[in-house]
Amino acid sequence: MREDTAVGQRRPISEGSDWNFDLLRAYDREIARVAAQYGLDTYPNQIEVITSEQMIDAYSSVGMPVGYHHWSFGKQFMAIQKSYKRGQMGLAYEIVINSNPCIAYLMEENTMTMQALVIAHACYGHNSFFKGNYLFRTWTDAEAILDYLVFARNYIAECEERYGEEAVEEILDSCHALMNYGVDRYKRPARLSMAKEQARQREREEYLQSQVNLLWRTLPVKEAARREQREERFPPEPQENLLYFIEKHAPRLAPWQREIVRIVRKIAQYFYPQRQTQVMNEGWATFWHYTLLNHLYEEGRLTDGFMIEFLQSHTNVVYQPPYYSRAYNGINPYALGFNMFRDLRRICENPTEEDRRWFPELAGADWRKVLDFAMRNFKDESFIAQYLSPHLIREMRLFAVVDDDREDQLEVAAIHDDAGYQQVRRWLADQYNLGQREPNIQVWEVDLYGDRSLTLRHFMHQRRPLGESTPEMLKHVARLWGYDVYLESVDETGEVQYAEECRV
Amino acid sequence: MSQFVDRRLSGKNRSAVNRQRFLRRFKTQIRQAVREAVSGRRVADLERGEKISIPAKDLSEPVFHHGPGGRRVIVHPGNREFVTGDRIDRPEGGAGQGGRGGSPDGEGLDEFVFELSREEFMNYFFEDLALPDLVKKQLTAVPEVKRVRAGFVSQGNPANLHVVRSMKQAIGRRLAMSAGARERLREAEAALEALEARGLGASPEAEALREEIEALRARVAAVPFLDTWDLRYAHRIDQPQPTSQAVMFCIMDVSGSMDEQRKNIAKRFFMLLYLFLTRSYEKIDLVFIRHHTVAMEVDEEDFFHSRETGGTVASSALTLMYDIIRERYPSAAWNIYCAQASDGDNWEGDSPRCRELLLGSILPVVQYYAYVEIESEHPQSLWHEYEYVKSLYPQQFAMQRIRGLEDIYPVFRELFRKKVPA
Repeated sequence: MREDTAVGQRRPISEGSDWNFDLLRAYDREIARVAAQYGLDTYPNQIEVITSEQMIDAYSSVGMPVGYHHWSFGKQFMAIQKSYKRGQMGLAYEIVINSNPCIAYLMEENTMTMQALVIAHACYGHNSFFKGNYLFRTWTDAEAILDYLVFARNYIAECEERYGEEAVEEILDSCHALMNYGVDRYKRPARLSMAKEQARQREREEYLQSQVNLLWRTLPVKEAARREQREERFPPEPQENLLYFIEKHAPRLAPWQREIVRIVRKIAQYFYPQRQTQVMNEGWATFWHYTLLNHLYEEGRLTDGFMIEFLQSHTNVVYQPPYYSRAYNGINPYALGFNMFRDLRRICENPTEEDRRWFPELAGADWRKVLDFAMRNFKDESFIAQYLSPHLIREMRLFAVVDDDREDQLEVAAIHDDAGYQQVRRWLADQYNLGQREPNIQVWEVDLYGDRSLTLRHFMHQRRPLGESTPEMLKHVARLWGYDVYLESVDETGEVQYAEECRV
Repeated sequence: MSQFVDRRLSGKNRSAVNRQRFLRRFKTQIRQAVREAVSGRRVADLERGEKISIPAKDLSEPVFHHGPGGRRVIVHPGNREFVTGDRIDRPEGGAGQGGRGGSPDGEGLDEFVFELSREEFMNYFFEDLALPDLVKKQLTAVPEVKRVRAGFVSQGNPANLHVVRSMKQAIGRRLAMSAGARERLREAEAALEALEARGLGASPEAEALREEIEALRARVAAVPFLDTWDLRYAHRIDQPQPTSQAVMFCIMDVSGSMDEQRKNIAKRFFMLLYLFLTRSYEKIDLVFIRHHTVAMEVDEEDFFHSRETGGTVASSALTLMYDIIRERYPSAAWNIYCAQASDGDNWEGDSPRCRELLLGSILPVVQYYAYVEIESEHPQSLWHEYEYVKSLYPQQFAMQRIRGLEDIYPVFRELFRKKVPA
């Protein structure tokens, strides 16, 4: 292995498609050097070489490097294994875990080019995003996540031993169903670590139970006091975090069940930023693998063969099939994200007259600073609302269609023209608003002194109703709550449009 | 700085537990699917692992999601012909325009398809089936014994003499027995040397020492090289081996009255049986007898695949079977099972003879006798005779009728159901 990798050296790092560990290190060092030149700030990398089978394993546990056991992961595994064996799908060539050190997996079967691509994409692209983006900084704790997952797995295994697999599975099923409703959107979560978590867990168990009992005390109350109590609402404000509410207030859960609710909630929280930054995260990583490898190529460190293979794979990743294509399946986040970051750079470096009108503060600015700022301070929704340019709307030929069930036909509401840019941008941004993508369901009221029933309220947006899974979902809620559960869909005027109940 | 770790050799199959959880949870559906797979497929295919599909709705993981309706705005890429204000008919679930309202799983499939390994498939397939009463015979029959090593003993027959062990023993004994003499010998020699060094080699003390040395050497030499005490013999004892050996007789009618369809059913019945046996018991002999007017013992290949025609004399097969039992499978050492498949259409005078053979010679030595009658319009002569047999041996004798392909499996299960001890 050569130690003299001085800048300006014009020899390719390697030729041919075989990789070995020395070459991986050589590529990593070169990519790291260029990434540092561009000012990418990353966690240290831990790059693990695995087989395709292990990749399927990693995949089916939603990328959690340490997972508790659950049948749904088994289902996922079998589905992936089947389609992989039949050649219906190639495995994505990378999984990267938001932890410190940042763990990335390389698949053994890949060629040298693909390994280098993955290193640039995951270990410098995603890695710097994890470290820099405000959502990840707020919601996840890269230092502690691995420890917490170990704690979770051990705790759940212990529960299985004590209370039986079926009992644990029931709780997990219900929690998984509500996983998207386990996040506080406005409160900054506390940091987690295994040692603290374990110590706190026992205290919490006792404390919580005593709290719940207080709330549900069945001692008779005087009539006057009772009337007074009826005036008070519980909860005083609607609660959006269903799992948190259940963990704290469900009357009939045993302490260990509460802890499992908490575990699922914490894991949901860990994945929450990923769901909100898909376009940005993938776009950022794609932009950087493209930029870093092109830079190395210009330095003469990569062969033409390498570039051809790389570009072919890169082009596949960022291909956006048009709406009329058979391959069309919504907007490709890689394509949108990559195009947006590239477009941002273009606006900084070669602004047109139009760009100067739309982005006066960006035109002519240092593109590295602009991109870095964008990466740190936005999520998909706000990123699109802020930076989607008319130029890109034209390039991608974006248009908006209104689907209203009161109309017989769909209407094209805006296209890529002067009248439409603002609207297309607004609507596309809305499309990535999690609050709109998922029904807005909150805890409305608990009948504290009556039958203890729980009422959820669905605040309808644009008159969109709930799907057919609702009765099934209420069963899950009722299983956790232990008493009757009601759900009402309320439209914008406050009128109840639909109601569903599940009696225990 | 990046750290590279080679994980390729550390455990794969991390998902094995989750997979088992999945199978356990959907046991009922999988069992149902296995049953359907059996009735709809060629039985020979069962040998392989099986692709199983179960309804996807049973295993959906629900989440709250939006249903169709309301007002939505969706942004699409790749506009070709539209301008603002265009109105378009709703596509009938066409590609693209459908948008995101679809199933929450993201996969609109009705069936979840996955593969079971052969082992798993067989487990579902043969769940709670077992050859009747095997256990009983296993524990009460004359046990087969196996000679196993059990260390060394000091007595035994010369053929079992363990040379190495005996020599080791001898070395130890020799060292121990000559230890005192050798020590004194060393002292005497040293003293003699000292005397000689002082020039007193001819002194009386030196002479005495020489004599003593002589005597001591003789004593050391006199310790026997090998003594009878040293001999060790390899020890072997008889360890009782529970017998799980069984022999299964498969008797099939291939006469003219058995048409293709019926033969087909019979073949499948035996194939199932064969699979069941080869899986459940480690040591099991299979004897295949097919008959028309004469019976013949054939190998498995011929049994299932070659064709014969002719009249039917079922007793020929029973006689042959009895001969084979006497000759090769003494009932003390073997659990004997028999399954007979026929359309029941026997030569008129022969059926009573079959009954006599069964009652007189066969049933007393076999554990279990199963008879299946295939696709007969109404019970045939053999059936009536066998009903009489069944009334005498209700535990040991079973009979069932198979009407069509789909009956095979239920009947098979019925015949070989695990008998819960009353």
